Amino acid sequence: MFVLKSGIPPLDTTLLFVQTLNGVQLGLLLFLVASGLTLVFGILDFVNLAHGSLYMLGAFICASLTFLVGNFLLAVLIALPITGVLGYLIERFVARPLYARDHLDHVLGTFGLILVLDTSVHLIWGPAGIAVPLPAWLEGQVGLFGDVVVPSFRLLIIAAGLAAAAGLFWLVNYTRLGMLIRAGASNRTMVSALGIDIQSLFALVFALGAMLAGLAGMLIAPITEASIGMGNNIIITAFVVIIVGGIGSMKGAFFAALLIGLIDTLGRAFLDDFFKLFMSSDAAENSAPALSAMLIYILMAVVLSVRPQGLFPPKVR
Amino acid sequence: MIGFSRSARINIGVMAILAILPVFFWWTGQTFYLSLATRLVILAIAAVSLNLILGYGGLISFGHAAYIGIGAYAVGIPAHHALYGGMDFIASNNGFFQIALAVVAAAVFALITGAICLRTKGVYFIMITMAFAQMVYYFFVSIEEYGGDDGLVIDTRSEFPLVNLDQPIVLFLVSYVVLVLAMWLVNAIVNSRFGMVLQSAKGNNDRTVTLGYNTYLYRLTAYVISGAMCGLAGALLGNFATFISPEMMDWSRSGELMFMVILGGTATALGPVLGAAVFVVVAQFLSELTIYWHLPFGLMLIAVVLFARGGLSGILRGKGS
Repeated sequence: MFVLKSGIPPLDTTLLFVQTLNGVQLGLLLFLVASGLTLVFGILDFVNLAHGSLYMLGAFICASLTFLVGNFLLAVLIALPITGVLGYLIERFVARPLYARDHLDHVLGTFGLILVLDTSVHLIWGPAGIAVPLPAWLEGQVGLFGDVVVPSFRLLIIAAGLAAAAGLFWLVNYTRLGMLIRAGASNRTMVSALGIDIQSLFALVFALGAMLAGLAGMLIAPITEASIGMGNNIIITAFVVIIVGGIGSMKGAFFAALLIGLIDTLGRAFLDDFFKLFMSSDAAENSAPALSAMLIYILMAVVLSVRPQGLFPPKVR
Repeated sequence: MIGFSRSARINIGVMAILAILPVFFWWTGQTFYLSLATRLVILAIAAVSLNLILGYGGLISFGHAAYIGIGAYAVGIPAHHALYGGMDFIASNNGFFQIALAVVAAAVFALITGAICLRTKGVYFIMITMAFAQMVYYFFVSIEEYGGDDGLVIDTRSEFPLVNLDQPIVLFLVSYVVLVLAMWLVNAIVNSRFGMVLQSAKGNNDRTVTLGYNTYLYRLTAYVISGAMCGLAGALLGNFATFISPEMMDWSRSGELMFMVILGGTATALGPVLGAAVFVVVAQFLSELTIYWHLPFGLMLIAVVLFARGGLSGILRGKGS
């Protein structure tokens, strides 16, 4: 039994609420990146390490366009099809020749692609990050209830993330394209035998995934600024998301993304307070950062040791 | 050379060049090239260790840089405490202790993570090994005592009786001997009954299981051996660079190790060494040419994956794509 020490401050509910919202925001961004990964893997059986680079490209393209057209939201609307086209080009020239190869070749080829894309961004935009200005009406804060205020842009990110998730859900489950996507995931050969141009379907899926990752990059850019290597940080977490959720499963990606976003954010915010309940202050402050950095990987290890196929493995594979 | 096959002669030739050339650099005072060769040999040890599980075992580990980091910190942390005090039970400059710590720590990490990773297969395995390596990366980033992100300077190299690692040529020769021993060990393992089972599981796991072999245990054993060997390479790298940071176990480092093995040719004795040699030399050459050297380097990587199957040793043996 842990002995509670006296003088523990009560848990700050406002802070808890704000951090939970931050966790949801991170989770939705992770979902945007992970959904593209899991789509591409589920249907094309292709491991795309360079998916994070599309997230980075989205941020940079949106940054430049914001300065060019002077409006962030308009810049996002123009940048989305551009990242889609970039995704298509990557599919055409790097991914397509690799489909028939094994996963090792996918990993190495797209690893090379990361080096190429990161350096290209360095060449075009220079080594420093680019801050993206927001329109005035998005700069402010919104009072929700009591004395809880949150930046309005963070609410926009959450709304956009939820809208994208809902749109994707509708697309995959209720449209002809979605039907083809699901059919392609179950049995590629049969779909092409039925007269569907599977090559174009693949390219379309790839471009769609690129747009989703690009959107996530555009949404985060005003908060963190667009920087080289930003994609390489999020891609690993996105991998953890799709592993925990079950590779190829959209539902799994959604729930795992929210779970991991919340655990990571709340762990970083509150783990040291939690440790202080049964440790000395110093010990808690020393061990909490190390453990909170590893929390999502520990979660992954636990999930895998219980369910090696993830929480929501797709039904047919 | 009667009695040696073509590939054995190539192996002996390449290894002889790798031994003689750096000694020549040292003789003529070209210390820069000597240190390049030392780096090359140390990375070759790591690539040889990866080849055991990737090439012969078919286990695509994308987290091998973690073992390099663990090995390097196993030198750096005792040296740090020997200088600044604290943690008396590991504070030491004794080389035997540090090397043992590196090997044991890497082996234990490989045992724990391997036990989990090997329950999965295919793309799951790739991503999980990568995620565990990233976990170690963030672990060391968050420990401020050892410099966090900024890394840790090793003030004193590992101390051995009679062998002074502060002399570049000695460090090179030690690394070279370790490389030869590692290659010998991998070769002995591969040609043993154990290695046969390992390769058979790569070819067809179900069939091997049906024959009565617990392939999980065979693979886990190989995974631990490989991790321990790579930890040793990390201890040498720490001694070579005298500076360690979490950056050396970034996932792009793991990707580079994989690339060395593929470039040289998987499941060959000399492949990883050739791959490491070409990698280090080309990276050095390109980075002197331009700061944007990752661009041609990445294009080269893509080209190798698309067009040069079988790697360099395949081409050397006349079995190019």
